[in-house]
Amino acid sequence: MTTPETSTPVESAPRHAAAEAPAEGNVLRRLNQQRRNAQAAIRQRWEALPKWQRVIAVLAFIVFLYYLPWLGYLPGGAPPRNPVANLQIPPFHLIRTDLGSGGSPWAAVLFTCALYVMVAIGLNVVIGLAGLLDLGYIGFFAVGAYSVAIFGSVDSPVVQALQERFGLSQDWAIGWALCIPIAIVLTSVSGVILGWPTLRLRGDYLAIVTLGFGEIIRIAARNLNGQSGPNVTNGPRGISAIPGPEGPPSPDNQIFGLTDAKPWYWLALTLVILMVLGVRRLEHSRVGRSWLAIREDEDAAAVMGVHGFKFKLWAFAIGAVLGGTSGFLFASRYAYIDPNQFDLQLSILFVAMVVIGGSGNMVGVSIGAILLVYLPERFRDLDEWRMLYFGLAMVLIMILRPQGLIPSRRRARELADRAEEVRGGRHRAEEATINA
Amino acid sequence: MNTLIDHIGQYTVDGVSKGAIYALVALGYTLVYGVLRLINFAHSEVFMVGTFAILVTYTLLDVQQYPALVVAIPTALLGLVVAGLASGGIALLVERSAYLPLRRKNAPPLIFLITAIGISLILVEVFGLLLPRRIGHLLPEVFGRERAASLSVPYLFERKPVLTIGDTVIDSIHIIVVVAAVVMMIGLDLFINRTRYGRGVRAVAQNPQTAALMGVNQDRVIMLIFVLGGVMAGAAALLWTIRIGNTQSAIGFVIGLKAFTAAVLGGIGNLRGALLGGILLGIVEVYAAAITASIWEDVFAFIILVIVLMFRPTGLLGESLGRARA
Amino acid sequence: MRRINLRAVGLAAAALGLVVAAGCQANTNNGGEQAADYCGKKVGFFGALSGENAAIVIPSRDGAKLAFKQYNEANPDCQLEMVEFDSQGDPDKAAQFAQQVVADEDFLGVIGGAFSGETNGTMPVYQGGGVPMISPSATRVDLSGRPGITVFHRVVGHDGTQSAAIAKFLRDEGATKVFLIDDGSAYGAGLTAELAKRLDEGTPKIPYATDKVQEQQTIFDATVAKIQAEQPDYIFYGGYPREAAPLFRQIRGANINAQLLGADGLYDPALATNTEGAAEGAIITCPCLPASEAGGTFTQDFVAEYGTEPGSYGAEGYDAAKVFIDVISAGASTREEVLAGIKAYDKTGASKHIKFDAGGDVDPSVVVVWAYEVEGDGLTPLKALSVQ
Repeated sequence: MTTPETSTPVESAPRHAAAEAPAEGNVLRRLNQQRRNAQAAIRQRWEALPKWQRVIAVLAFIVFLYYLPWLGYLPGGAPPRNPVANLQIPPFHLIRTDLGSGGSPWAAVLFTCALYVMVAIGLNVVIGLAGLLDLGYIGFFAVGAYSVAIFGSVDSPVVQALQERFGLSQDWAIGWALCIPIAIVLTSVSGVILGWPTLRLRGDYLAIVTLGFGEIIRIAARNLNGQSGPNVTNGPRGISAIPGPEGPPSPDNQIFGLTDAKPWYWLALTLVILMVLGVRRLEHSRVGRSWLAIREDEDAAAVMGVHGFKFKLWAFAIGAVLGGTSGFLFASRYAYIDPNQFDLQLSILFVAMVVIGGSGNMVGVSIGAILLVYLPERFRDLDEWRMLYFGLAMVLIMILRPQGLIPSRRRARELADRAEEVRGGRHRAEEATINA
Repeated sequence: MNTLIDHIGQYTVDGVSKGAIYALVALGYTLVYGVLRLINFAHSEVFMVGTFAILVTYTLLDVQQYPALVVAIPTALLGLVVAGLASGGIALLVERSAYLPLRRKNAPPLIFLITAIGISLILVEVFGLLLPRRIGHLLPEVFGRERAASLSVPYLFERKPVLTIGDTVIDSIHIIVVVAAVVMMIGLDLFINRTRYGRGVRAVAQNPQTAALMGVNQDRVIMLIFVLGGVMAGAAALLWTIRIGNTQSAIGFVIGLKAFTAAVLGGIGNLRGALLGGILLGIVEVYAAAITASIWEDVFAFIILVIVLMFRPTGLLGESLGRARA
Repeated sequence: MRRINLRAVGLAAAALGLVVAAGCQANTNNGGEQAADYCGKKVGFFGALSGENAAIVIPSRDGAKLAFKQYNEANPDCQLEMVEFDSQGDPDKAAQFAQQVVADEDFLGVIGGAFSGETNGTMPVYQGGGVPMISPSATRVDLSGRPGITVFHRVVGHDGTQSAAIAKFLRDEGATKVFLIDDGSAYGAGLTAELAKRLDEGTPKIPYATDKVQEQQTIFDATVAKIQAEQPDYIFYGGYPREAAPLFRQIRGANINAQLLGADGLYDPALATNTEGAAEGAIITCPCLPASEAGGTFTQDFVAEYGTEPGSYGAEGYDAAKVFIDVISAGASTREEVLAGIKAYDKTGASKHIKFDAGGDVDPSVVVVWAYEVEGDGLTPLKALSVQ
């Protein structure tokens, strides 16, 4: 089950490639082979461990994740204003982003990483598990964010209208905790609304339509400002004073305040862990297997009684809820949102991080998300060139390693099979032209 | 609504001339999709490069606004040539360097799409940030500001009323844009339907394997359609500078999406459909803006896109370059 | 599977509890910090320091920097620092800076935001951290006087005054029809709505038509078509130069000869040059003084320091900085003390007499709205507008 051959199905393709380019192929091939052997060896060791040891290892990793805000220092060390004052654990403190001046606070960066990992996992359900290309995922993120803003903030026109209508005090708004079920309902409904008319479409058409929907949501959020439409979102002015778990932003907030990002990060991390567990169960359940069948061959699946449309709709709805949760947390933390934050570029980057990371593989997409957030923060000089580097990364990885950095094995095999098809067909066509 | 009805003629004329430009850009999308079944997301940046080529040329030649007709016409033609070369060249470069390796590996459409998006990002950043950094001092009018929101291109032709029908004024710019667009399109249509190369394009669009068997060099045909699409985008770039008179590194995105909508509306893969779709889209946008406000314009374009894809994905004219698509 | 999951979750919760406990302990350990002396404290400045709309903000930044420089030169042993944050006028970037500033105890206040949108977005954050704000140029009416907000002040008149001045100007000029365009931003939409109200409410009532454009838009076909249909004699644009430049060009390119009007958001000398002459003759209003009218030695000092005359809101930026400097150097070393000092401030600055009312505004009677004309290479002052 885990012998080197079957655990690396892409092997067959490069062997042909090596035959066509022998000179550099040898060194590359050898390195590649070494890497694959190492990976296989690690996987074997891992699976050879008794279960309880594996559980301990995973738990230790999770504790490490919670410890991360103090990375490079002992737990309980104050956020470093001047690093030499506290006990450093080099070289780990170099990973932090807040070493020099102008660096973002490390806990805030971790929080953003966690948010994007949430998005990646949700989008992975849509792209990687169900095989649907969604270029408008930012729309669900926005719906989640606006759910808490519109219903929970005293600055929101809807809340203010309700205050007037029912004669409530100016400080009244729907509580943060109550906004959660509202957000879940709104996001899943938006997922269904997006999916219902569009899921019958073919792959790239679906992509364009979802992109259009993402833009429609942003434009609607911008235009529903009372002047060109009923005032729902305050338009470009945005909605501020969005509450967190402790209530509206104020100096009295002890834990979930505006300054210390650590509790926010831990909250996000907890949600991420729950999501990962949930999605894993989904993957191994009937729904997950149906998605797999639909992805591989929708017609065959239909013959087997798997109703493609229904399960695709589920994928959209679940993906929407996961993305919306991330948006919800985003709005709660920053206490202010406006339509410009939910732009198309972000949507494309979401897709990029999933595909580059390795669509279909939760570890892969999480790595993709973390890189997307962390690298520009850590290497601030590169920040301006960020989009250029992302573009280059997208192109290079799609050409050289389309299965992604940490691929799902199925995906890697799918791509290798497609490459094989062409190789055979091209030979036939070439022979034909020679003889014509 | 009243403004629309009162001045419907004027709005329609404006919409037609706007739509003609969309149509030219749409041709690029439709050609590539018809043959390769690939949405060339980077085509919008090909258009952008064309506008920058024109801007650089005009700046180097120190072209003034509203020059005499004797100067304006050759300048416009020069702009056309420069933009055609630049856009066609970039389109070809993109195809050779990025799409070709993917085609060799028979990559699925998702991979193509991501790659095209990546190329789009790269081109926007090159013109928005890289070139201003590197050669900004050489050409400060064009590359002086990073990510300039709006770079003016001098208007070559004044708007002079040519024909007045009641309340509606058809002016020189309207005529120039529509006539030029139609001429380019007729040229392309003749090329596809009457020449040997065009026959090759239609053959590959219909069935690549059979075409190969018949001795058509698929690679050359593909290069050809990318170049043709690029040249059409270059012509659109020239008409854009004549009519709107500005550009920016980020101009590709909105134009691209609208042009793609136009292509889909008319029938993707169908050349005449691109013209029809472009003009219809232009008109609908102007009407929508008149009824509501300009800011809802883009939403209407997207809504049309969604509705067409949902209910009639083959578009108004249906047929593709080779065969009808389901 | 289920058993292990429960155990895993339980262990994780325990680990989380330990870590949180350690964290809480750490926080209380650092709770008792002394209120330090005011030397070395910082004041932030945030606004669009780069990008297409920066020309409106940079003079106020320079004015503020001048004030700090003058203070630091006179007090070499006790310096105050001004830290600049380039928000590019974007409320989101500004919100992130706001978080940073609030978290850093050394910041005793901020000069900002320069634009109404970013001021609006960051106000709750600064209020949450008790950080006093003094804006040199945010003019949207509803920024001041908000219930529950105590930290916001501005040394500039608001759009209620500015729109009244514009409306009176239109009436005096005998305008018969106005076309109002706004960009949907907090500032643009607010100002244009105020102006529309005053066109409706005064005598004679001036008819107007409206259109909205969006930020970052460069194609104004639909707007131009509407203008051609409505045939106004005055066109007013509420927004920033980034959109105004192509808009004005396209309006003139369509052979529309109505008088162009703009407000303080368009006070950018580059409008004269980057519109290929389309903005020539446009009239821009601003509740900011021409350089020649500023009080004291401000203008001479500014020219000596930077080599050019102060542009829009240069004097206001100087005044905002001066308020902070005066209050802090009088002994205020915590945010609460600074806030109290600002509320009690009563002195004449370079632009006007500065005393804030309960909502954070200066007395409207000291606000003068000027009209400038785009002429040749830049803006020349025309006259002071009256509001009555």
